[in-house]
Amino acid sequence: MEKFAISIIVFTVFWGLIGGVLPFLIPKGPHRRLVQTMLMLTSACCWLFWLCFYLHQYRPLFGPQINSHEARALRELWGQDL
Amino acid sequence: MSTSSIFRSEQMTLCQLFLQPDAAYSSIAELGELSIVQFRDLNPNVNSFQRKFVNELRRCEEMERKIRFLESEIKKEEIPIVDTNENPDAPKPRELVDLEAMIDKLDYDLKQINTNSDALRKNFNELTELKFNLAMTQGFFQQVDPNGNGMFNDMTEEITDETQRMTSGGMKLGFVSGVISRERMNSFERMLWRVCRGNVFLKSAEIPQLIEDPTTGEKAHKIVFVVFFQGEQLKTRIQKICEGFRANIYPCPENGNERRELTMGLMTRLEDLNVVINQTEDHRQRILIETSRLIRLWKIKLIKIKSIYFTMNMFNNDIARKCFIAECWIPTSYLEQVQLALRKGSEISGNVQVSTILHQITTNEKPPTYHKLNKFTQGFQNLVDAYGVASYREINPMSFVLITFPFLFAVMFGDAGHGLIVTLFALWMVLKEDYLKDKGKNQEVWRIFFGGRYIILLMGIFSIYTGLIYNDVFSKSMNLFGSSWKVKFDDNILLKDGAVTLEPNPRPYSAAEHYVQMYSGNPYPIGLDPVWQISENKITFTNSAKMKFAIIIGIMQMSFGVFLSLGNHLYFKHYYAIFLEFIPQIIFLLSIFGYLIILIFYKWTTYLAEQATDAPSLLIHLINMMLMSYPTDDSKTPKSIVVFYNHQRIIQTILLIVAVICIPWLLIGKPIYIIVQRKKKTNSTELVHQESEASNDIEMHEQNEPHQEVDMSEVWVEQGIHTIEYFLGCISHTASYLRLWALSLAHAQLSEVLWTMVLRIGLSMGGIGLGGVALFMVFTTWSTLTVFILLLMEGLSAFLHALRLHWVEFQSKFYKGEGYPFVPFSFQSILEEAAAEN
Repeated sequence: MEKFAISIIVFTVFWGLIGGVLPFLIPKGPHRRLVQTMLMLTSACCWLFWLCFYLHQYRPLFGPQINSHEARALRELWGQDL
Repeated sequence: MSTSSIFRSEQMTLCQLFLQPDAAYSSIAELGELSIVQFRDLNPNVNSFQRKFVNELRRCEEMERKIRFLESEIKKEEIPIVDTNENPDAPKPRELVDLEAMIDKLDYDLKQINTNSDALRKNFNELTELKFNLAMTQGFFQQVDPNGNGMFNDMTEEITDETQRMTSGGMKLGFVSGVISRERMNSFERMLWRVCRGNVFLKSAEIPQLIEDPTTGEKAHKIVFVVFFQGEQLKTRIQKICEGFRANIYPCPENGNERRELTMGLMTRLEDLNVVINQTEDHRQRILIETSRLIRLWKIKLIKIKSIYFTMNMFNNDIARKCFIAECWIPTSYLEQVQLALRKGSEISGNVQVSTILHQITTNEKPPTYHKLNKFTQGFQNLVDAYGVASYREINPMSFVLITFPFLFAVMFGDAGHGLIVTLFALWMVLKEDYLKDKGKNQEVWRIFFGGRYIILLMGIFSIYTGLIYNDVFSKSMNLFGSSWKVKFDDNILLKDGAVTLEPNPRPYSAAEHYVQMYSGNPYPIGLDPVWQISENKITFTNSAKMKFAIIIGIMQMSFGVFLSLGNHLYFKHYYAIFLEFIPQIIFLLSIFGYLIILIFYKWTTYLAEQATDAPSLLIHLINMMLMSYPTDDSKTPKSIVVFYNHQRIIQTILLIVAVICIPWLLIGKPIYIIVQRKKKTNSTELVHQESEASNDIEMHEQNEPHQEVDMSEVWVEQGIHTIEYFLGCISHTASYLRLWALSLAHAQLSEVLWTMVLRIGLSMGGIGLGGVALFMVFTTWSTLTVFILLLMEGLSAFLHALRLHWVEFQSKFYKGEGYPFVPFSFQSILEEAAAEN
């Protein structure tokens, strides 16, 4: 449960810095507004994209259906520790 | 207030320039270099032949024609034209005269040289043929008349004493000698035989080398012939036949001495001619080489002069005040630059006393739309402008399209490996910009790719990101952080054939016997868990995620668009539109589709796998909300369609009612407001302001009349269309965003097919010899198909769909796009156009 919260916080802070803090640090110039817009839009889109896929996998309603031979291989390769 | 911002087009001022005739030319030249002024045509009804500077334009056209001739001569000799990349200034009118004289002289000289050269060549060829003629006929005469007794008469000339000699000689034979091309020899012989009924004797010998034909100038095989005959009639017939077969007849003295003298004279003449021809050729080469150095500069100067006079033709010639009046659109921020340029122009023309006056005028006409762009933003602005140029001072979608377009492309393209290739390609084009700018100017496809290099770069970078989130690298997944799913079945289950399904619930629950936790409860940190790549129900899982994301991002983009329309209303001070258009639009969108987004996030975070069968089906709930049908909660109805939170029924009904209220609000709000406004206007007295005349021309005045009131029925119809378009559009556009899911699914499947059907064959073959060679060949196929099908075809498809999403779904919420672009008078663009035509 904590790992879930930590991930959310980490990525929100990461994209928040790019989209919310970095725009203030852009030096004055003819392109200041444009670069600020670009940063904000990029961080918003990328954060939303990550969030949707993260939340979708948080509480899956069904599990992966794997061929039994490949499942055996996975059991050996990945181990059984969650 | 002149705020230059990237979000709106530049503020424009309509100005009148009062130019002195002497200073006009130089001032316009200066403005042409700066390319910041768009002139208006003040003489639209004047025929181009009646304009003031038609003579100068004609002279320029003449010079251009001569330069074209010179260029073709230079190209014929394959002399390279030097391209120094210099940009010469437009020459002053005095220089124009010098330039004209120089070009005239060169043109005349070259034509003279060409004519002379042709004549000399013809002469040379004839003499060459004569030389061979003499040499070969020597042989004939020696055979027949070894002592040179003069048995024959050369019947080439029609000199009466020769004929007399003939008749007096009685038995003397006449002859005609000449040269004919080898192809015609046989038919010539046959014709002679037939016409002269066998009474002639033909002897011929082939000239061993190729010689140039005097008339055609081409090299051909020729044959020297001599025809012996008796009689006057035969002579005429033979001559006619020779003419017909285009044989060249040459006089040939049969006396040995005469022949030797003739041959000697011939040799000297040939040598002299050769020398003269070579000298002429050298002279011609020298002229052409000298011209080739200057010709490009002349062309540029001429283009500039022509464009200046063309612009000056658009001015009004005020005879009373003895000056030219020009009307032009200038971006407000450039006014000072224009003043400087005009001052510089007057200084250059030496006319500092009376300077050019720049006078700003107000007008009701819509100014052109001008965006200040650089090489990065230019590409994206082209994408937006292809749909429609922004209206004057409305919000420019380009600043947002800059990021959202590559992002939506990436959502549909979503493969990190393919994205990497695209990024590298774009990076190469961007880094090697200066070198690649001039290459391949003729290939359309390359120019399109190169022009969009920044777009492709952004598309590639975003594709790498979405590829990482989809966990798709050439259709394979990466396991960077360790999967959240572990297989914990025993051998007795796994040794059987078939498939197993991993337990999705992260904690034990009542319905499960022998519960084993296989999902850790924490999702894979970045992107899709790698276990799904191997599972058989991957598509079912990702479909749900991608569809939900597509809807979410679609509704967000559309709401953003509606908020941008708020920005436009605020800027243009249409405060009524905020209450009568913006508010109903945003309320409708958010109350129905914003609610849907909230439901999506609620379902994602609330329902565990143990409640999977009870989890609400959001689609059914949305439909039931619209139909206001709520199935009763008993044991027969499935839990997924029954209300799943308290007061759901009331909340949804309220939202629906609020949304429905918005429909008549949008439909009749604005027309009623306009009716009320008009009643107010007719009741009170209005002062009509006279705007200062935009121009003295009567025709212009008619265009600037204040626009008549629009008919009321038109307002109703327009608002009706707008309402229907918006509300139906909300639903259809939301569904339209599902193409983000559809194309990404297609791309992933194509990529997987290529891997399993093509590359895996090569990878699964063993042995370094056979396997290595097979893999090499299979890789060729796989990579070619990847590039052409996945990168080019799918890329083009995703590009198109992302563009459509922007043009239709996003821009219909706020964009009018009814402006016309600002086309400044610019030497640079004129020169580029001229270069492109060539």
